Amino acid sequence: MNGSGLILEGKDLQVYKGGSLVLEVPVLRIGEGEVLSLIGPNGAGKTTLLQTLARLIKLSRGEILFKGEKVFSNHSVFDYRRKLAMVFQEPLLFDTTVFENVASGLKIRGINRSETAKRVDENLEQFGVSHLKGRSARKISGGEAQRVALARALAIQPEVFFLDEPFASLDPPSRESLIEDLERILRKTGTTTIFATHDRMEALRLSDRIAVMNGGKILQIGPPAEVMNQPLDEFVASFVGMETILTGQVIKRDRGSFVASIMGQEVEAVGEIGVGESVVFCIRPENVTLTVPPHKESSSARNIFPGKILKTIPMGLYYKVQLDCGFLLVAYVTGHSLENLSLTEGQEIVASFKATAIHVIRKTKKAL
Amino acid sequence: MDLIFEGIWKAFYLLATFDPEVMQITLLSLQVSGTATFISLLIGISIGTTVALAEFPGRKFVVSLINTGMGLPPVVVGLFVTIFLWRNGPLGFLGVLYTPTAMIIAQAIIATPIVMGITLAAIQALPKNLRLQILSLGATRFQMVWILVKEARLPLLAGVMAGFGGVISEVGASIMVGGNIKGYSRVLTTATVMETSRGNFDIAIALGVILLLLAYFINMVLTHVQQRERPR
Repeated sequence: MNGSGLILEGKDLQVYKGGSLVLEVPVLRIGEGEVLSLIGPNGAGKTTLLQTLARLIKLSRGEILFKGEKVFSNHSVFDYRRKLAMVFQEPLLFDTTVFENVASGLKIRGINRSETAKRVDENLEQFGVSHLKGRSARKISGGEAQRVALARALAIQPEVFFLDEPFASLDPPSRESLIEDLERILRKTGTTTIFATHDRMEALRLSDRIAVMNGGKILQIGPPAEVMNQPLDEFVASFVGMETILTGQVIKRDRGSFVASIMGQEVEAVGEIGVGESVVFCIRPENVTLTVPPHKESSSARNIFPGKILKTIPMGLYYKVQLDCGFLLVAYVTGHSLENLSLTEGQEIVASFKATAIHVIRKTKKAL
Repeated sequence: MDLIFEGIWKAFYLLATFDPEVMQITLLSLQVSGTATFISLLIGISIGTTVALAEFPGRKFVVSLINTGMGLPPVVVGLFVTIFLWRNGPLGFLGVLYTPTAMIIAQAIIATPIVMGITLAAIQALPKNLRLQILSLGATRFQMVWILVKEARLPLLAGVMAGFGGVISEVGASIMVGGNIKGYSRVLTTATVMETSRGNFDIAIALGVILLLLAYFINMVLTHVQQRERPR
């Protein structure tokens, strides 16, 4: 939170749809100027949470406070909505010119013509679509349309800006350049933004905090580094890119470190956990190093396991390598190293990772 | 064959010279059907939009009623309007049976479900999130509905055309409630029926040509609507 105070607060939020609970958020606080992203798979409740916070759908229970004041009666919901803006996955432009589209929120508010024209121009300019001003919104590309939709939303000068997967239907180059522009504009204006996405890279890039959602609940919320490196449970771990998730039991304990048995293999990790306890080990694929035997004992890694390559999967700039080391391990290698090490499926290999590279989740027995 | 050629020739003569009777019939047709369509727009668009946006128990039933109404047989409408406006009928005191007013009422009853059904479909065909998008731009409920109607304007225009096309070419109800009185309640269709039965093919053809031109115009607009750019 880089702002001074709270701008938006949700308390005990519950939404039922068709008789089932689709959103349950006991508490959510958003600071002024903060960029919060909601990540999670489809159906996690991101859209429902956004629309609930924007008061576009009815709350079954709970309340929303804007700058400390409750948003409840019809009148105040309407006033509240005029302080925010929302952009959806589809541009949802009106069947008129680009100018009229960007002006629409201002016209709805009865803002005079010269002010409207000024703000429309500014916003078209900052999204780089001034040249489309007189064009029909039906005759522009998907990327351009989404830029116009963003310009239309920001022309209102919202105090809270909601974005629901705004880049999901764009091709990679348009998406990339639009994210760059939006990032710049959000930093410049300091608009409080809540942003839903299923792409964790987008979230990492734009946000001050990330909330991981699943099944209508927020599983974890915190700064990007914390969520990415210290996931609270296995779901969050897998969603933030911990490709290797292993369950085991602590068999030895030392000062500051311990050894757990994972499918018969001894894996060392850092932490103070007693013998006999169950643990989950999460390992990022970029922290696993592969070498071709014979292995030189020069690395500082404590965990060294010989294994066999099960599969190599091209992922664009790098390859994902699945290994069988007695347990399943996933590593990333660049195309270059894949060639250098001439890694092929079925090949014997040595995988190593540091004890500190393991994120440990304690499996505490649930209280009764 | 001579009969047909002679008829066509004379028909164009009547049209080209703006024959007063033909003109009077045409104008009355446009006036009656135009007024009826206008009334059907007021009722059809407002109820159609409301049903499209509202959620209430029995909504499906109402929608199927409206869709059924789109195919109301004009003779049946004519029959019931006649009964209602009959001297001893419930609305007999109005004394409008066999007047253009009665024809407007009957035609409005025929056109309203058509306009309502098309409005309903047009508003429902708009993107699901459009309503939320408009509200999130700060619109009041009234502004939201107005913007939605504007967004659906082309399919709504199709509704106008379909409603107008339905009533201008309708004959059963008009003849029953209007009585086809010369110079008073005689319209294109009723006149065509009568002139044909009397063997006056020239006038019948002239009237037919006017109806065809109107049909062509209506279809031209509809085609234009169908061929427009798809929204994104």
